[in-house]
Amino acid sequence: MSDKIIQMENVSKWFGDFQALKDVNLEVSLKEKIVVCGPSGSGKSTLIRCINRLEEHQKGKIVVDGIELSENTKNIEQIRAEVGMVFQQFNLFPHLSILDNCTLAPIWVKKIPKLKAEELALKQLESVKITDQAKKFPGQLSGGQQQRAALARALCMEPKIMLFDEPTSALDPEMIKEVLDAMVDLAKAGMTMIVVTHEMGFAKEVADEIIFMDEGMIVERANTEDFFANPKNERTKLFLSQIL
Amino acid sequence: MIENLNFLGKPSKDKLNLFVSMGIFLFLLGIIDLILNSFFETNITSILPRWLNYFTPLLFSFIGLHYIRIELSGIKILDQLNKNINSNWFNAILSLLVIFVLIKTIPGLLNWLFFDANFIGNTKEECTGDGACWLFIRFWITRFMYGLYPDAEIWRINVAFLMLIGTVITAFFVGPKIKKYIIIFLLFIFPFIAINLISGGNFGLVWVETGAWGGLSLTFIVSIFAMLFCFPIGMFLALGRRSSYPVVKYASIGFIEFWRGVPLITVLFMASVMFPMFLPDEVFMDKLVRVIIAITLFEAAYMAEVIRGGLQALPKGQYDASKSLGMGYWRMHLLIILPQALKITIPGLANTFIALFKDTPLILVVGLLELIGMIDMAKANPYWLGFAIEGYVFAGAVYWVFCFSMSRYSLSLEKKYKTDR
Repeated sequence: MSDKIIQMENVSKWFGDFQALKDVNLEVSLKEKIVVCGPSGSGKSTLIRCINRLEEHQKGKIVVDGIELSENTKNIEQIRAEVGMVFQQFNLFPHLSILDNCTLAPIWVKKIPKLKAEELALKQLESVKITDQAKKFPGQLSGGQQQRAALARALCMEPKIMLFDEPTSALDPEMIKEVLDAMVDLAKAGMTMIVVTHEMGFAKEVADEIIFMDEGMIVERANTEDFFANPKNERTKLFLSQIL
Repeated sequence: MIENLNFLGKPSKDKLNLFVSMGIFLFLLGIIDLILNSFFETNITSILPRWLNYFTPLLFSFIGLHYIRIELSGIKILDQLNKNINSNWFNAILSLLVIFVLIKTIPGLLNWLFFDANFIGNTKEECTGDGACWLFIRFWITRFMYGLYPDAEIWRINVAFLMLIGTVITAFFVGPKIKKYIIIFLLFIFPFIAINLISGGNFGLVWVETGAWGGLSLTFIVSIFAMLFCFPIGMFLALGRRSSYPVVKYASIGFIEFWRGVPLITVLFMASVMFPMFLPDEVFMDKLVRVIIAITLFEAAYMAEVIRGGLQALPKGQYDASKSLGMGYWRMHLLIILPQALKITIPGLANTFIALFKDTPLILVVGLLELIGMIDMAKANPYWLGFAIEGYVFAGAVYWVFCFSMSRYSLSLEKKYKTDR
């Protein structure tokens, strides 16, 4: 129990008639780095969005850091403050400067004094190498810079877990590396990470385990070397042959 | 049709001088014809029937423009002209029509408004010109501004509005820290000061009942209070309409659809005549207060729909991101969603505020006489019969000045809060 920071048991989720998740079981330990891959529509995003309850699961049980996700909004807000998330479309707040984007939640949710929050934000912005953009607005930044700012914003809440929902899919090719580099740094610093991505190079470099999903189910879960060297499932083999 | 006009051949660069001089000649002929028959009652084409010679200037200039429509003539002014008002025959017709209408109307209007108008004097006998008799406005101006408010007490209204203007101007020039307090003062303290000052009844001030309030100052009192209240109410209604709680949601929908579905004039009438019947006898609510409440609720429904438009325009990712940072409903809406939604809806909000301001004259149906109401009263004065046009033109000008200022202010807000790119 103690080192399993995320536990999902028989989690199912429907969108109308469409079943997006089918009895998914998943356990993640502290400091573990997991890459989730699979074809589009396989439920990867839904899976990680259930972990901070951006989507509600309708069946099964999800426990994050010892707190079970339920209708109780206090619990949910508490979990969300501990689970950071980076989105495909960055989702920075366009009406606020990068610095304000980073300090807003620490000030209003964690009640950190403004000066301290700014200090923390500048530290995080430095770790993703965009300190010089702090006073600009999101619309003035490149895609890669925006995504790194979004990462810094999530880190300012000092989360225990980081979720990444296809963080590089909306980026121009030359900007992917700068975002992946920032994520590699974060992994080396020991963050617990669940990353939905198609970047297999990144997966090989940082992932402890890789999950392959198809049609709402976890088809295969293996440690990184085994996953690429000898995939067991036919669908995994097909998928790997197409993307590698 | 156009080809047949070309007895000189297709306008081209080869015969540039011929075409340009022909064209300019015809164009000027058209303009001269127009000016002659508009202002000098002569007509160089009077041999033609009346219905035709009225439009001959248009025809002349149209053919003229056709001749000078030469692409890349090499003459800078001509090319500019062709590009802007004469790029094809349709564009030429539109340009000519605009010139035609302007020449036909503007000078007459200016004559009536200024050159033939009377400005000096105090009695209508001194109005000798053909134009407007502005003495009417001059004579009644105090009533138009202050209604039937006692002359000796008018300084109270002046003080209230000067205070308002003074604080607003100060707010523009001080830093954000002090500005915050000024805004709080304006929203929560100033209204009480102003109302006490204008209605009196305490601090040694004579009580002036609201029935005597009127004119432009009443227009402002009604619109400022209605704007102040309808904005937050509209905001909550917009949020309520999107709420996940069914009771809140359907109550908001019901409220909005009810108020949007009834004409303001009925609402005002109800507020004035029927509403008191539902109140217990010992409760008294002033008619002006009831009317302001009615306008507020009415406009709040419109406000709500405008703001809802802004809320819907926001991408779902903004909600996802704020939730993922641990923000609850109110923090998410106050810090992230509403600031962006309101920014998008500035044009719509300004529209609603302007509409509210222009709806205020309707309160005359329940006997409250703001600017238009006072003009109605003045024009019905037996001595001043027949000056309705001057009155309404004056009212139109006053309303226009304030509505135009609001419109410009909203544009400057749009620019100020533009942070994308």
